[in-house]
Amino acid sequence: MRSRPLSPHLGVFKFIHTMVLSILHRISGIAQSVGLLLLTYWLMALATGPEAYARAAEVLGSVIGRIVLAGLLLAFVYHLCAGIRHLTWDAGYGLEKAEARKSGILVVIATVVIFAALALLAFFTPGRGGV
Amino acid sequence: MSLRSPLGRALGKGSAGEGAGNWLAQRVTSVALVPLGLWFVFSLTSLPSFLYGDVAMWLRRPWNAVLLLAFVLVLVWHSRLGIQVVIEDYVHGKGAKPAALLTSTLLHLLLAVALVFAIARVALRGTV
Repeated sequence: MRSRPLSPHLGVFKFIHTMVLSILHRISGIAQSVGLLLLTYWLMALATGPEAYARAAEVLGSVIGRIVLAGLLLAFVYHLCAGIRHLTWDAGYGLEKAEARKSGILVVIATVVIFAALALLAFFTPGRGGV
Repeated sequence: MSLRSPLGRALGKGSAGEGAGNWLAQRVTSVALVPLGLWFVFSLTSLPSFLYGDVAMWLRRPWNAVLLLAFVLVLVWHSRLGIQVVIEDYVHGKGAKPAALLTSTLLHLLLAVALVFAIARVALRGTV
């Protein structure tokens, strides 16, 4: 293929936080697509029976499993908040630069708060985190 | 002189009046996933435990099974559309791109079937 001019020239832009939010939306989406494999593994184990489920629960409940699940939960919360931001843009709102920067900060704050609340609920409430 | 008809040469090369379909489907599934995703996460985090009995009992409630089915089907669809865009952006090889797209589509189809089967098997166990 003939070499064509490439865009965007990422190197020439002054850094701005919305750039990171943009690529994080894609990365968190890809992470959840991989997580879909885990969801399928978990539900197939549930459908297979108690022994298969216990094995899957051991894998998912291991230290590495919990770190992966926490990461997926974070990806979910971020993708949800950033996705709502995208939908407001699609509806034609918040497209001014200053507004987009502000909504970006809002997405980060919302992600941290919601993730912390859900993580507490899922992983640290006595009698729940156990598998 | 090619054997292909002028119509055959033109099809698939440009606007066929459905250019917005992919974009629109991504948005429609996003909107559906906001309530479904929130329901899924809150539902799971409020389970008494992740032991077999508790999870199976949860999934045997009809509305839970219906909502989980809706959630995973829309999720697989949304995931397929998203991965498609990622592949189209980064994979450019003449053979690699269609191969990657085909693999993604078939894998998503397999996941959808497995998820529906698993949910149905747990939800209907003991009732049929």
